[in-house]
Amino acid sequence: MIRFTAIRLVEIAAVVVLMSFVIYVLIGLMPGDPIDLMRQADPRMSAADVARLKAVYGVDQPLFARYLAWAGQALSGDLGYSRLFAAPVWSALVPRLGNSLLLMGSSFVLALALALGLGTAAARRPGSRFDAAINLCCFAGVSMPTFWLALMLILVFAAGLGWLPASGIATAGMSNLGDRLVHLVLPVATLTLASTGGYTRYVRAAMKEALLQDHIRTARAKGASESRVILHHALRSAMIPVTTILALSFGGLVSGALVTETMFAYPGMGKLIFDAVMGNDYNLALAALLLATVTTMLANLAADLAYGWLDPRVTYR
Amino acid sequence: MRGPFLLLAAIAVVSFAGPPLGAALGIDLNAVDLTDRLAGPSPPHLLGTDELGRDVLMRLLVGGRVSLTIGIAAALAAAALGTLVGLVAGYLGGWTDRVMMRLTDGIIALPLLPLLIVLAALDLRKLDVPPVLAQSDDISLIRIVVLAVLVSWTTAARLVRGATLVTRNRDFVRAAKSLGAGIPHILWTHILPNVLAPLIVATTLSVGDVILLESVLSFLGLGIQPPLASWGTMLSNAQELITSAPLLALYPGAMIFLTVIAANLFGDALQQRIDRRAAARA
Repeated sequence: MIRFTAIRLVEIAAVVVLMSFVIYVLIGLMPGDPIDLMRQADPRMSAADVARLKAVYGVDQPLFARYLAWAGQALSGDLGYSRLFAAPVWSALVPRLGNSLLLMGSSFVLALALALGLGTAAARRPGSRFDAAINLCCFAGVSMPTFWLALMLILVFAAGLGWLPASGIATAGMSNLGDRLVHLVLPVATLTLASTGGYTRYVRAAMKEALLQDHIRTARAKGASESRVILHHALRSAMIPVTTILALSFGGLVSGALVTETMFAYPGMGKLIFDAVMGNDYNLALAALLLATVTTMLANLAADLAYGWLDPRVTYR
Repeated sequence: MRGPFLLLAAIAVVSFAGPPLGAALGIDLNAVDLTDRLAGPSPPHLLGTDELGRDVLMRLLVGGRVSLTIGIAAALAAAALGTLVGLVAGYLGGWTDRVMMRLTDGIIALPLLPLLIVLAALDLRKLDVPPVLAQSDDISLIRIVVLAVLVSWTTAARLVRGATLVTRNRDFVRAAKSLGAGIPHILWTHILPNVLAPLIVATTLSVGDVILLESVLSFLGLGIQPPLASWGTMLSNAQELITSAPLLALYPGAMIFLTVIAANLFGDALQQRIDRRAAARA
């Protein structure tokens, strides 16, 4: 187990190094370049100044040398300066990562709880009208464009009924918990609704499979109560395939969070990445994209470890 | 199975036949009429007009043409690329297989939308794309198709690889091999037909995914660019008018939703039919 975790961590590190290079190259291919932006900001700048600036920032170096210089600095904890926030990249990233983890974490827990309930209920009566209705709802959830769902929720609950705020994380000047929670309702609802459909389909399929197994019949024959059969015997074995799928879905959760955060002007990592890319903030975009990748891969690892905890037959090698 | 298919076919038919028909009836889809902005649904504008006084119904149909073209083109291209990767990895095995499948797993687990936003924002001039192509009106459409293929080939690759692994040791493949058939021949005539059914299902399902992807990128301003319009760009324009003209945001979203759910339900029905047939054979 320790060996497995160690190997996986080394693998993650290797992927992060590879991704950092790929992203570094891609960011360099985006429109505009930082020196041009500086020149536009200061019309008195001469050609000699530009050349000197290029040397100072190392833009005259070959691509790989520039990447190594960036990587060296990043490893020493210096991710550079964000143009958009006029602050070091770290101080822009950390609070937004926290906000995103709060949004994604609460949506994930809610969506999983809903999926376990609905999926199990549907799997107990396969082919019934209830099962068909759940199935149709799942397809509706999977087929709904997340940004449109957000737009419709804003239209009804913020613009129409005026019950909930449509954007931001808190009312200016207020800092109590209730206000924060009220601002979370619509973003969390959007991301939860967007993920529940897919999760429910996986739970339903896995539960249907699990309920046909011999040990379920044995448990029933022993006289175990229905709730014990479902919760203790079937759910436990159904969770194994579900965990695998969930591990692969974290990337999708990050993508969903990007759309949701952008729609609700919620200051999280997703909106940060979008703003950084659109605003040509190279340092920030690079660091934020890498952080999103690392977070996703660590979540995958956590799911892999949970897999072994759920299924005693699994041994890590 | 009939319902979703008919819905999908109806959307496709009106999207492709509607604009020429509208033109024949004298409705010009690009006619700007600033005196008739944001009109409600009434003849001759059955769904009203947008912020520039253009006919909403016509624009919905034209947008549908763009969205459907991208969805189908990208799904087919992704299936082709994925099939190639899957066949090669599954048949050759060993190192080739391990490297290719690692890559596939890696792509599936990545946070794709943030990375796609960077890719969609790339400056084509820095990539040495021929100017004729880079400046053409269709470049945003081609770009989206390429991006969608980049992220959606993995499903087909995994599927085809799995089926190839199962099939390659069957007796008829060994017989073909012992008769001296080359690898391309074996892959094409003996292995591919055996994976066709699940591949068609996966391709149908990915049409919906691609349309969703196109709509979100276009909505964020990184997808389809004027003069082309898709449902996503229409929603992007409508967002600013959400309080004054909410219906403008309702229609394109509903079209995306209907098209994607029809594609998904149709794919699911195909899958069930295949499963039933496999169960009957076993």
